[in-house]
Order: sequence, then C-alpha cells, then structure tokens
Amino acid sequence: MMRTYAGHSTAAKSNELYRRNLAKGQTGLSVAFDLPTQTGYDADHELARGEVGKVGVPIAHRGDMAQLMDGIPLDKMNTSMTINATAAWLLGLYVVAAEEQGVEEGALAGTTQNDIIKEFLARGTYAFPPGPSMRLIADMVAYTVTRIPKWNPINICSYHLQEAGATPVQEIAYSLSNAIAVLDAVRDRVDQELMGPVFGRISFFVNAGVRFVEEHAKLRAMGQLWEAIGRDRYGVTDPKHLRFRYGVQVNSLGLTEQQPENNVQRIVLEALAVTLGRSARARAIQLPAWNEALGLPRPWDQQWSLRIQQVLAFETDLLEYPDIFEGSTVMEGLVAELVEGARAEMAVVAEHGGAVEAVPYMKGALVDSHRERIRRIESGEQTLVGVNKYAETEPSPLTADAEGGILVVDPETEAQQRAAVEQWRSQRDASEVERALAELRRVAESDENIMEATIAAARAGVTTGEWAQALRDVFGSYRAPTGVGEAAGSDPAHPGDELDAIREEVERVSEALGRRVKILVGKPGLDGHSNGAEQIAVRARDAGMDVVYEGIRLTPAQIAASALQEGVHVVGLSILSGSHRELIPSVIDALREAGVDVPVVVGGIIPEADVEPLKSAGVAAVYTPKDFNLSQIMRDIVGLVGQQAATSA
Amino acid sequence: MTSEASTLAARLRDRDLSAAPAALNLIENRTRADDVAALVREVGTEARGHVIGVTGPPGAGKSSLLSALVRAWRDAGRTVAVLAVDPSSKRSGGSLLGDRARIEFDPADRGVLIRSTAAGGRLGGLAPATRAAAQALAVAFDVVVIETVGVGQSETEVAEVADTVAVIVQPGSGDALQFIKAGIMEVPDVLVVTKADLGDVALRSRRDLSAALRSLGARDTPVVAVSSVAPATGIDELVAALDAHRASLDLPARRAEARRTSALADFAAEHGERGLRALGGRRGALRFLAEQEPGLDVATLVERLEQRAEAAR
Repeated sequence: MMRTYAGHSTAAKSNELYRRNLAKGQTGLSVAFDLPTQTGYDADHELARGEVGKVGVPIAHRGDMAQLMDGIPLDKMNTSMTINATAAWLLGLYVVAAEEQGVEEGALAGTTQNDIIKEFLARGTYAFPPGPSMRLIADMVAYTVTRIPKWNPINICSYHLQEAGATPVQEIAYSLSNAIAVLDAVRDRVDQELMGPVFGRISFFVNAGVRFVEEHAKLRAMGQLWEAIGRDRYGVTDPKHLRFRYGVQVNSLGLTEQQPENNVQRIVLEALAVTLGRSARARAIQLPAWNEALGLPRPWDQQWSLRIQQVLAFETDLLEYPDIFEGSTVMEGLVAELVEGARAEMAVVAEHGGAVEAVPYMKGALVDSHRERIRRIESGEQTLVGVNKYAETEPSPLTADAEGGILVVDPETEAQQRAAVEQWRSQRDASEVERALAELRRVAESDENIMEATIAAARAGVTTGEWAQALRDVFGSYRAPTGVGEAAGSDPAHPGDELDAIREEVERVSEALGRRVKILVGKPGLDGHSNGAEQIAVRARDAGMDVVYEGIRLTPAQIAASALQEGVHVVGLSILSGSHRELIPSVIDALREAGVDVPVVVGGIIPEADVEPLKSAGVAAVYTPKDFNLSQIMRDIVGLVGQQAATSA
Repeated sequence: MTSEASTLAARLRDRDLSAAPAALNLIENRTRADDVAALVREVGTEARGHVIGVTGPPGAGKSSLLSALVRAWRDAGRTVAVLAVDPSSKRSGGSLLGDRARIEFDPADRGVLIRSTAAGGRLGGLAPATRAAAQALAVAFDVVVIETVGVGQSETEVAEVADTVAVIVQPGSGDALQFIKAGIMEVPDVLVVTKADLGDVALRSRRDLSAALRSLGARDTPVVAVSSVAPATGIDELVAALDAHRASLDLPARRAEARRTSALADFAAEHGERGLRALGGRRGALRFLAEQEPGLDVATLVERLEQRAEAAR
C-alpha cells in the first residue's frame, strides 16, 4: 500500500488534498492531525494558540470528520490515523462519519496509531497518566477485535524511538516491551480464545535509517522475536496471527537541512531497507519529503516521495524474487546479534516492572544514545554528507523560490477554526451533550469499555476538547519524565577539549556574576518533539551551567513565571511545530512583562525567512537543524550572558 | 548595608512576595556575603512562616505530593514558597534542576514561588544560601518548603532550618524503617507513606512504620498515608498533621536551636577540627552557643565562635 502522511489547515482543505492524492494513484489515506487534536484541546484553548492546523488537520467534532471524509467511500478506504492519546475519540468520530455515509462500523478498515508509551518517551502528545492511557488502548483493542475486525487498533511505533536516538537494539527491545505491556493489559479484558486474533491485529510502525543492511536485519530480528513472544507468552499458534506486520516511515532524523537534495537518495536507500528481503518486507510504506527538515512539505514534495515508491515497485525487479537473503550467513549473523542484544535489554525493562514502569529508565537511555550520536557527528566520527563533510555547494535552485520551498499555513486558519468551534457549540443540543459527557465520566470511573460512551458522545456533538477534559477530570493530568536527569554526564572516555574550554568560560562568567550561570530551557506550545531541547539541556549542564528544564507543553506565562522565580540569566526556547511566529513573540512579551530582561535564544525548524522577524522581536540568536555543533551553541550562549553581565554591571 | 539589601528586607517584611526572586538572586550571590548577612539580619529571626522540610528517596513521590500540598495550601489562602534542592551536580559543576516541572501550579498565581537550587557539593548540612533563603522567605510566605532528596542524612540537614521535618517513603521500601531502627535516621516529625492507592501494600507499610515508632517510644509521631493519584487522598490529614506539629512547638526555642546547629556546621566547614578543638570540641562549642542570646542570627553566632576560638589560642 502506498500513502503519504497528509493533512493541514482545515477539514475542507485536507479533504481536497486527499482526493487529489487518491486520483494520483495513492491507495489509502494517512491522516495527520494538528497538535490540539492530538492532545485533546479545542482551537480556543490557551495551549492551542499558534498550533491550529499546523502539523495536521484540526478535527473538533463529527462535523469536521464528515467534511474531512466527504466524497470518500469509507467502506472502500483504508485509513491510517496518526493519533494516540485521543485515538479512542477519533475512532469514535470516524465510526459516526461512516454511519452518516450509511456504512456499518464492521466494514471499516484502517489503523489508529494509539501507542502511548512512545509518546511518553519521544513524541510528547500524551494527555492522561500512563495507567488510564493503557486502559483506553486495551478498551479499543477489545472493542475492535469483535466490532471492527478489519481495524488495526494499535500500531506500535519503534519509529519515534529511533528519531529520539535509539540504537537498533534499543528500538527492537523497547517497542516489543511496549507491545507486551499492551497485550498484558488486553489479556485482562478479552477471552483467552480471542488472544490469537488480538495478537494478529497488533501491527508495528518502524523506522528505517540509512544504514540499510543493518536496518533490514533489524526487521528480520523483530519478526523472529515477535513470533516467539506470541507463542511463548500468549499461547498463539496460528501462523497467520504470529506474522510480524509492519508499516514504515523512513528516517527523518538523518535528513539534513544542508544540501536537502541529498535527502532524496537517503530516502531511496532507506526504502530499500524495508523492501529488500521478501520475508521481512513492509506492508505499507510512507516516505518523508526531501524538505522535511526545512518545514511543512507541499503537495509537489509529497508527489516526489510517492513517485520514489512507484519507481521501486513498478520499474525495478525488486518484487519479482523470493527472499534474497535466504541462506546468507552474514545476514543471519547480524540478525542473531540483534536478537541477543534485544533480549538482554528487554530483560532490563522487565526488571523495572515492564514498559510502563520503565518509562523513566528508557527515556534516560534514549537521551544518552542521542547524546552519543551527536557527539560522533560533532567529532566527525560519523559522516553526514553535506553537513560535516563535503559541505561546499553550488546555490540550490530547489530552495531558491520566494517562499523558500515550504508550505506556509495561512494564519487566518486559526481564527476561523476558533470561530467555527464556538459556532458548533452554540448550535447543538446542550442537554444531550451534558448527558453524553456525564455518561462518559461515569464509564471512565468504572471498569467498563470506554468505546460505546465515546461513540455516543461523538453522535451527540461533543468536541475533542470536551471529551478529553471529561477524562482528565477523572484520570488526572500528567507530565512525562524528561530523561535529562537520568542521562549520564559527558563521557570521560572522550575528554572534550572543546567542552573544557567552554567550562572555563562558564566559570569565568559565573565568577563575574557572583553565582553560577543559570539557563532555562523551555518548550512553548503543544509540540512534543523534545529531543533537541533535551540535548541542549544536557550539554549546558555538561558545560557547567545550572539548567532548569521543565519538559514540554508550556504556556508563555509558565515560561515567564519560571524564568522570574528561578532567576535565570538566559532563556533557550525550542520549537518544531512551525508555530514559532506566534509563540516566540508571546513568550518574549510575557518575559518582559514579568520584568525578566535576559537574552532569549531559539532553536528548531525555523525557515530562513522567519529568522529576521524573530530577531526584531527580540531574539538574540536562532539555531536550526544545520547548527549541529552544540558546543558552538553553548559558546554563543555563555558569550551572550557575559555581555549582559558586562553591560548591566 | 547597601540600600538594595535593606529595601528587599523591608519589602519581604511587608509580605511583598514580588521581592522574593530578587532577594534569592542576592542570597545566592557569592561575592556579596556582607549584603546577604545584612539581609538576613534585617528580616529578623521572628518569621511567622512555617518552614517545612520535605525529604525522601528519589521516586517516593515527593513532587506529586508537593503538587497536591501546594494546591491544598493555596485553596486555604496560604502563600507557599518551595526551595527544591537538587543533589545532581556533576564534575562540570553544572546541574539539571528538573523538579519544578513536577510541581503543578497556576503561573498567574503570585502566591506560589518555586526556586530550584543546586546543592553545590557541600558535604553535610544545607548550603548556607538555602538556609538564608528559607529564613528570608519565611518572613513573607505563610509556608516555606525545603525539598531535599535522600534518606538518613538529608532529614538531619534539613532539620537545621525547618520547624517541621516530614519524611516521605513509598510503600514496600524498607529503607526508612531500617534506618529508624538502626538509629541512622532521627525520628522525623511527620512520616508520610505515599501511593496509598496501591492498597494493601501501603496499609501494611503504614502499620509497620507505626509499630516501629511505638517501639522507639515515639508514639506521637503521626504516620499519614496519602495518594497523589486522582482523586488525591490523605492530603487534608497531612496538612492538619503538619499544622499540629507546628502548634505543639516552642517555635523560638526550636529555631534558636537550629541556628546554633547551623552556626556550628558553618564554623566547622570553615575552620575544621582544629577550630573545634580550640572551642573544647563540639560539645564545648554547643555549650558556649547555648549561653548566647537566643535571638542572634547564624552569621553573628559564627562570629562569636570565631572570636572565642581566637581568644582560646
């Protein structure tokens, strides 16, 4: 199956895009939701500011879902939804949209991502504490296995673990441990004879990096381990149920902002990793666009990615042979090594009490692995073409056009969506909504399956924010561990001369200030991609600073309050969702209003054209993925603090 | 005395909470010891705020508990400052101060302040800045919490400055019990067992701790079981237990005692065993301190110790 991950702005615009993609030969839908929808807030919530319609489509109620699927026959469609914390709700809305088309829920086919552990570990769009989150997943699995049998209720993502820095062994071990946690929870909610079909419905969403031989071995290793888990732990015997089913999005972490055209060949090689050997071939492949590191891809960029797959499938002889690694001792050896490493790491997770309890451990381990990867790139041990080697380049015609080669979302979208939600609320039957929400709360407090009450709420016209708030009232809210406390300090085996020099500078400035240089690392908005912020936090500590890091999802008011109360000398903000234009100036306003007059630096996916406006809003420095040298960033930051100290003294 | 220290002390005495961040910046400034001493002297030793030490091993649930406590105090109209002392300083001298993230509060609420500080590598005792900070904040805030990490040592350290020490343990971990029995850990003023939602394990832990305390003759020490998982339970009981302990105290005497202990720790850190010998050992030093006027602040007490040691040489 071929699809591209898509959705933006509004339900109507995304619907247009889907229809266009289907006409081009795409055979399924992959829906990207915006961050407020993913985390359970309506467009008019404070945290939604600047995020509406940015990384996907906003879906607030059944009306939005009906519009999103307008003219697309849902009984014939295979729809993949990248939705996790609010997956039960979005599936509910999809079922109701199908009802309105006259399609029975039993005829629906598709996938909800629904993998909450990787949200705690890597992606950050969680809404409820771990326990209740696992219960919602188990409810969905139990519901769909009988009522929507063609639905994949969960798609366990090793993908994001690799983006967060996981080694192949960690990727295998953590994702399979995660699957075990889910299956253990489901085991309590369904009859034993259903465990075979349940096991068979669990699918995976894996990553494929550019080291494509090892990556292929990784997939074979996962298949072997998965089958063993099914047989040994859950007593599954049907070979159909035991098959390791996976879809792929190839690696974005390795895509570069420098010479972005090179990303095309990286994507092709990564696609080979998941297609080369038939016995471990992906069922569905999504390829990222060549310019993902720059901003939101346009339809043309996505078409290019689709064409890569079509060339592989229809021009090459890739699909004509049985498994080409059958009997290869090199491949078998690689696979055996990965299986052994993964088993050992899974045992560590089990010792922590399973994947849910081991979240802080796994998070710390990932932050460490990522730190090591960055160190290797900085030191040149690992080559990134166009970044730390062969960096000279001719001017690129691809990025030369006016908007810098990326899609810009109309800022009016947010205001329109806010107004639309308010209007929706005013036009529905309020008493019916109240009844539905009361029932939802009752079920949430009980041990009953959440799905019926969720679908009823969708029918009654409840909004995404209301559904999530009802559950937050019952379950409580939650902040995931940041992993930075668990991460080790700089490795003494690689004494960084560079870091030592920066430490001296930190000491010097600290002496001048009278107390240690203190930095606040903040992530405003709903964007949960915290890898960059975590690496900055860890490196700042290693450089000798006191670091206040509070994790993701902070409002400008929270950041300002922390900066004031903590008495920091500099504020670093990280933002990857594209909402920097709105959020960064609000943070700066909030800081100045609180009387905090310290330098502010910003890092993230920031298009060149936005750099000057940010600087005139008061930002001292802007860093993008091309600034891979964290030590240089540290040097700049200490310099800024030193200057400030000199001028204010 | 600079006008800055004086102005800040006056604002704190007037319970102007917005003076707190600047006061803390001054207190942490190592190059301005005289101003810090002046600030502490000016805020005085008669602070009305309740200084509570909260300590326990990592993972015991201190931060979730503090979130619930802060909420309860704020609901009752009391202002709260939390000093989170982070032990994680590394070779580089830097540290990651992550605790404030775990304490939820409304950023628009001016009645709550959270400040993280690195422990700063000092062995034994709280960093002098933390002590000064607690004293200064207690003038302006109704409740000042000093949060430290560890079992066995940290409650002794925090007792140097806290009116009430609460030790947090999680069910099933025998550490606290063993430490109390072995006499490594002093009996805290309040013992808190977290994760009461775990049911039987938590109940059993509570029973075991109560029994251990009884066997040590500390039958009045309350053991409170709390759960920070929604819906939170036991929080009101804990607030009441903390208040009851404070009401039972001869507060001026306890604080004077704490200041003496702190002064001795500071003196020992500065002058070592030799200095102590000049005072006739720890015991001699404490006897001397007990003869001083009760209202003196730590810096003055240290000066007196130094003068006496000088005279004895």
